[in-house]
Amino acid sequence: MRQITFSQATLEAMAEEMRRDENIFVMGEDIARQGGVFGQFKGLSDEFGDRIMDTPISETAIIGAAVGAAMAGMRPVADMHFADFMGVAMDELFNQMAKIRYMFGGQTTVPMIVRAPDGLSSCAAAQHSQSIEAWFMNIPGIKVVAPSNPADAKGLLKSALRDDNPVIYFENKILYREKGEVSEEEFLVPIGKANIVREGTDITIISYSIGMKKAYEVADKLEKQGIHAEIIDLRTLVPYDKEAILKSVKKTHRLAIIHEAVKQGGAGSEIAAFVAENAIEYLDAPIMRFGAPFVPVPFSPPLEKAYRLDSDKIVEEILEKF
Amino acid sequence: MERYNKDLLNTLYYKMYKIRRFEENIESFFLNGEIPGFVHLYIGEEAIASGVCASLTDKDYIASTHRGHGHTIAKGADLNKVMAEIFGKKTGFCKGKGGSMHIADFSVGMLGANGVVGGGFNLAVGAALAIKKQKRDNVSVVFFGDGASNRGTFHEALNLASVWKLPVVFVCENNEWASTTPYRTTTSVADISTRAAGYSMASKIADGNDVFDVYESFKEALDYVKAGNGPFFLEAKTYRIKGHYVGDPELYRTKEEVQKVFDENNPIDRFEEKVLIEGLMTEVELEEIRIKVENEIKEAINFALNSEFPDPSELFDDLYV
Ligand SMILES: Cc1ncc(C[n+]2csc(CCOP(=O)(O)OP(=O)(O)O)c2C)c(N)n1
Repeated sequence: MRQITFSQATLEAMAEEMRRDENIFVMGEDIARQGGVFGQFKGLSDEFGDRIMDTPISETAIIGAAVGAAMAGMRPVADMHFADFMGVAMDELFNQMAKIRYMFGGQTTVPMIVRAPDGLSSCAAAQHSQSIEAWFMNIPGIKVVAPSNPADAKGLLKSALRDDNPVIYFENKILYREKGEVSEEEFLVPIGKANIVREGTDITIISYSIGMKKAYEVADKLEKQGIHAEIIDLRTLVPYDKEAILKSVKKTHRLAIIHEAVKQGGAGSEIAAFVAENAIEYLDAPIMRFGAPFVPVPFSPPLEKAYRLDSDKIVEEILEKF
Repeated sequence: MERYNKDLLNTLYYKMYKIRRFEENIESFFLNGEIPGFVHLYIGEEAIASGVCASLTDKDYIASTHRGHGHTIAKGADLNKVMAEIFGKKTGFCKGKGGSMHIADFSVGMLGANGVVGGGFNLAVGAALAIKKQKRDNVSVVFFGDGASNRGTFHEALNLASVWKLPVVFVCENNEWASTTPYRTTTSVADISTRAAGYSMASKIADGNDVFDVYESFKEALDYVKAGNGPFFLEAKTYRIKGHYVGDPELYRTKEEVQKVFDENNPIDRFEEKVLIEGLMTEVELEEIRIKVENEIKEAINFALNSEFPDPSELFDDLYV
């Protein structure tokens, strides 16, 4: 099968869906002329003209206007430049976008996507490196996806562009350049379905987005010790695939959750609590969570390195539990 | 005054009087403990929503505020369902999920009140963007208070609307108060419309207690916007007659100050005086409208009181599509 980058995969998804649905348009800073800060919109304005709109540096206006346009029959895509800037538009995200349908008794829908490039990349430091997906797991009314590879990036983005709910699409900055197999045939990846990417019997490792790289590294290292890990790529954080998680944990009797985001209050906290509530009797060892330390992302290379997940350390900790 | 035909006069009076009586009833039900939550009344400001909405159709949008009953009624929402929503009943517009501060009627283009001051600006801008993209001949209107004009969302919305030449009218209801604070102590300009110039936006000041002036000024705004000139800023000067919310002890101003405005500058009295003196309407015609309004309000109250509360099993309804 052909290989394309994550970035190209998102571009294909956008182009295919924009051809199919003329209500889709995109708003963001530096996306039309520049093609996005990470090139993730490159060339779209050649084909779609004024459906790709360069905005002022006005995040509240970008999200607010997307919500308004969505209520008035359009299907806007709002680019946040960096996920870190979502805080600027937080009211529009969590008090308007997330609540309008429910609060108004289902009178309207808010079909829109927020694209949020996130994660650590080359010492971008405290305000340009965060993974903040867990914030949005605490806000009913939004769907949250976080693909880990080009095929999912394409399939989930296409699904998001057909979903009548607001969807936040976390796209990892390092993953943009990663290549992977992507079918030339049209396909969708359903929102809310996890992917068992490797079957195993001894421990379940759950991750998503860039965390999946660590999940594979850890599983490979465990394999050398004779431990067969099952890996679940969650793909969607809201609604997350509870069934797949329970099924796997009941089979392997051990659970580790890995993500680049801060461990405390992270997505892993929710999953751990969910498994503890529903399947603790199946577990042979305490649930393990691996995430960033509870500290802002530091700038200096040795500090940033210390902040990052280390698969050797994760393996060591897991082995202690066997 | 040839241009004010009977239909229009009836409409203006009907809307204003309906809002006034609705709000007076809401106030007494609230004080009796029959309405949950809290409510903000539009009494004394009726001329603005009425004068503006008289020129709008169901295909035009409005975004509203925490003080949104008047906007909702003026836009033509079914009174029964407005009342029922404020009472928290399942027959309300939002099936009891919204209440006073989140009332909405999408069937008439009323995109919702907003619990967040300044939350409506960019929603209206987005609706205007949709109108432009869909090549429709409609407009989007956002109502907001003097206090809201100090939010960052105001400035982002004005700039974006101006730079994209969107069909949106910003209607500032300058009622001199933002909660307990006089706007002059927190706002860098005396006329909020001054700020429009910073965004190359046309603007006008209207007497917000004179429904004719509001109507005329908004017509001008509408013509300007519909001609493709981009947004328009209309500041309507008014005064908040009631407390910020029902139950507000109003320690920050004197009763005399409020009474003086109510006696001398009451938009409904002013309308009645004008039409009678100028012979535009008769007392009988006014009375007919008042009777019609009373009947509608009575019916709405009965509808709300006789409606069921939502069932707890409806808690999760409409969260996702
Ligand atoms: C963002 C935000 N800040 C504060 C409040 C609390 N609050 C509700 S109404 C209000 C005053 C608003 O004044 P103004 O915009 O002039 O409207 P008015 O009440 O006079 O109609 C305040 C401070 C809020 N709802 N939202």
